[in-house]
Amino acid sequence: MKIIILGAGQVGSTVAESLVSEANDITVVDTDGPRLRALQDRLDLRTLVGSAAHPDTLRAAGVDDADLLIAVTQSDEVNLVACKIATQMFNLPTCIARIRSTAYLGNEAVFAPECFAVDHAICPEQILTDYIVKLVEFPEALQVLEFAEGRVSLVAVRAFKGGPLVGHELKDIRKHIPTVDARIAAIFRGDSPIVPEGNTVVQAGDEVFCLAATKDIRKVMQELRRMDRPVKRVMIAGGGNIGERLARALDKNYVVKIIDRNKLRCEMLSGVLDNALVLNGDVTDETLLESENVDEMDLFVSVTNDDENNIMASLLAKRMGARRVVALINRRAYVDLLQDGRIDIAISPAQATIGSLLAHVRRGDVAKVHSLRRGAAEALEAVVHGDAGSCRMVGRTIEAIELPKGTTIAALVRGEEVIMAHHDTVVEAGDHAIVFVTEKKMVPKVEKLFQVSVGFL
Amino acid sequence: MVRLPAILNVLSVIIMLFALCMAFPLAFAMYFDDGTRLVFEQSMLITAAAGMALRLATRGRRRELQTRDGFLLVFLVWTVLPAFATLPLLLYLNDLSFTDAYFEAVSGLTATGATVLSGLDRLPHAINIWRTFMVWLGGMGIIVLAVAILPLLGVGGSQIYKAETPGPMKDAKLTPRITETAKGLWTVYLLITIACFFSLRVAGMTWLDAMMHTFSTMGLGGFSAHDDSFAYWNSPVIEAVVMFFMLLAGINFATHFVALRRRSTAPYLRDPEVGLYLLVVLGSCVLIALYLWINGVYPQFWTALRFASFNLVSIATTTGFSSTDYNLWPIFAPVWMLFLCCFATCSGSTGGGIKMIRAELMARQAIREMTRIVHPRAYVPVKLGGETIENKIIFAILAFMLVYGASIIAMTMLLTASKLDIITAFTAVFACINNTGPGLNLVGPATTYAVLTDFQTWVCTAAMLLGRLELFTLLVVFTPGFWRR
Repeated sequence: MKIIILGAGQVGSTVAESLVSEANDITVVDTDGPRLRALQDRLDLRTLVGSAAHPDTLRAAGVDDADLLIAVTQSDEVNLVACKIATQMFNLPTCIARIRSTAYLGNEAVFAPECFAVDHAICPEQILTDYIVKLVEFPEALQVLEFAEGRVSLVAVRAFKGGPLVGHELKDIRKHIPTVDARIAAIFRGDSPIVPEGNTVVQAGDEVFCLAATKDIRKVMQELRRMDRPVKRVMIAGGGNIGERLARALDKNYVVKIIDRNKLRCEMLSGVLDNALVLNGDVTDETLLESENVDEMDLFVSVTNDDENNIMASLLAKRMGARRVVALINRRAYVDLLQDGRIDIAISPAQATIGSLLAHVRRGDVAKVHSLRRGAAEALEAVVHGDAGSCRMVGRTIEAIELPKGTTIAALVRGEEVIMAHHDTVVEAGDHAIVFVTEKKMVPKVEKLFQVSVGFL
Repeated sequence: MVRLPAILNVLSVIIMLFALCMAFPLAFAMYFDDGTRLVFEQSMLITAAAGMALRLATRGRRRELQTRDGFLLVFLVWTVLPAFATLPLLLYLNDLSFTDAYFEAVSGLTATGATVLSGLDRLPHAINIWRTFMVWLGGMGIIVLAVAILPLLGVGGSQIYKAETPGPMKDAKLTPRITETAKGLWTVYLLITIACFFSLRVAGMTWLDAMMHTFSTMGLGGFSAHDDSFAYWNSPVIEAVVMFFMLLAGINFATHFVALRRRSTAPYLRDPEVGLYLLVVLGSCVLIALYLWINGVYPQFWTALRFASFNLVSIATTTGFSSTDYNLWPIFAPVWMLFLCCFATCSGSTGGGIKMIRAELMARQAIREMTRIVHPRAYVPVKLGGETIENKIIFAILAFMLVYGASIIAMTMLLTASKLDIITAFTAVFACINNTGPGLNLVGPATTYAVLTDFQTWVCTAAMLLGRLELFTLLVVFTPGFWRR
């Protein structure tokens, strides 16, 4: 596929890196020459210095025969204009734009073909905020991912001693919670994945991915660990784009304190937040943390735009007694450094947001992609099309489908109904299949499975 | 620097407009032929001639007014017009002193409703019509009217308009042009006035009484054509109708304007003052009714509720009608009513006092200070209706409250120094500065301000003007910096 990426910032580079490995022809456009050169040295792609929305630049980038435009520059307006020009002047088929402002996101008409012609608007900050809000709602989970418009959720939970299922075979889960239909999609022990079978024994320390209807998630998690008390007090370090969104989302139902260094920013935050307490100061200032009772916090979230600050602030908060700390960390090396677990959850913004982009790049009708374990694994939701003749899935039972290695079909969503995949479940056309891929290199094979062979109209 | 000739030029036009207003009672004088026709003809002629003379004297000096000029113009309008307004009273009542007549005129134009006259039932209709008509004119504001119907103020108009309109935040315009805003406000005022007029007629008043009491109600003034005020009718229906319109007039007319234009009630729900205003006033009605009932003032709760609510709403909205001599109630009840009048009405209404919005913001400022003690590093905004209020406005309100308190204390001191008892002195000042009307004791609802000496009357007159122009507009004229070139 020929892809043009506008903007070589954090999101642009990560997207490029992720797509290059999937055998695409990629051109990255940015105004920052040195940054582009660095990117070109590292990855196998073409770069072009220029203004992203200018028709000449787009033409030079090869927009005429491109398949996909991903506009992820800093400016919403540049992204919108670029999409409009690409579709109107060059007949580009698909445009994805990063849009930050809620003023645009709230008005669907802005993205209509006759307006700015954006096929998919994505907002990384919003995705990250949703991610963290889920962690507040489910304090026991490492990650909560939603499929099929929120009907099904995939949770990652660390198994602890004391959970009823820990030390038992997986098939026992039916005896423990007979009313709940849940499926263990994968287990990671250390760094290696285990394909779960009925007789696999869960051990303490395992990272278990289980899939269940969203309303049943809590019951499933109870099987794997003792439940924490619900989160009430949250402290947010950093009042930037993500901090603000997070504070707004939590403002109503939780006791929120938010810290920012910038006085003007504090003033602005205190204006938009109704209940949250806005504090001015350094997120690593222990006297401030102490006087604001960091030890009483159920959750401490560090979301400044500086990795070092986030790490230091959350380590400090943990040592001072915060129950659970979450830090936003961009650099992969740092995430690896912090594997010993003093920071409860390290979130990589790029990994968390790339999934929503990838869903649109994939072949086959992929509705949702979640990147897991720093990109090593993937969970995707794809729609089954065709009939028994043109598709290798329709009309077959799960066990009859030849799945690539390390891949499991965890569930099917048929209309409103959620069906956990058992060996004798039959796949029908129109089903949304939720597929868990433990090794990323298998992804193209999975895509192929969902593609309809030529001849199907 | 202040350019006096240019200001006087504008003033002359407003004086002539005021002369035109006298045609209204004159028409009734001619209709009833009650012997006041000559009085009003003379008053109108003198006023018009004075205006014309001033205009000729300042001919060719017309210039665009600036902010500072605006304050002086407002000051002059509100001190000079009452002087002309006294003419019909002085010419008809030969034994009335200028001091008392001026007090009566200021009381009318500031929509206070304190009176020095008694034997109102025996006065000619035209005189009573003139008294209540002044209340109606002054309620919405003379300058607002001038801005609405005369194209005389130009760009500076909005500054002058702001100096007269009550409330701490006046920057939000309803329409792009100030003239249109003023017109809109007067139209709404007129519409509600008409509604009130017909409602009172239906409720049982004569056409004439309905008109006069409508004027008094809408301006939240309190002048009545009867010595007994509303005890004259002793009708629960009339009281209920008047209560409703008093409550209506106590709401920001800008909110009425928006609600009427959009034909929805949503603006009332969004208004940060309306809810609290109604809650405080109506809640107090029940509270005082219970208090009176328990103390045995009225044997039945419903009677207690009827008298408590009419008198309380009347005082709390700074109107000043009464249906009974509440001076005889246990002291807590009238004191609570007077306390309400200092803050209950909304900004932009025709009521007086410090306005609900200032009280609300002050309460929030107090909470903010306490939060700051607990969290020294916190940014705590003062918010109203979801909007952050600038510190500038908070400081302005703090200064306003300080001057307001100081004015009340100083003027109470002056009155007590002139040998008035403390309750009369305090409540007289309090009722005047809040443009309410009746106080307690000697100046209670059953008595008049005629008992005051000339000096005391002037103090009360000053209090009414201070209250109507919200202190600073008036006081700034007396600062040396205002006159410095």
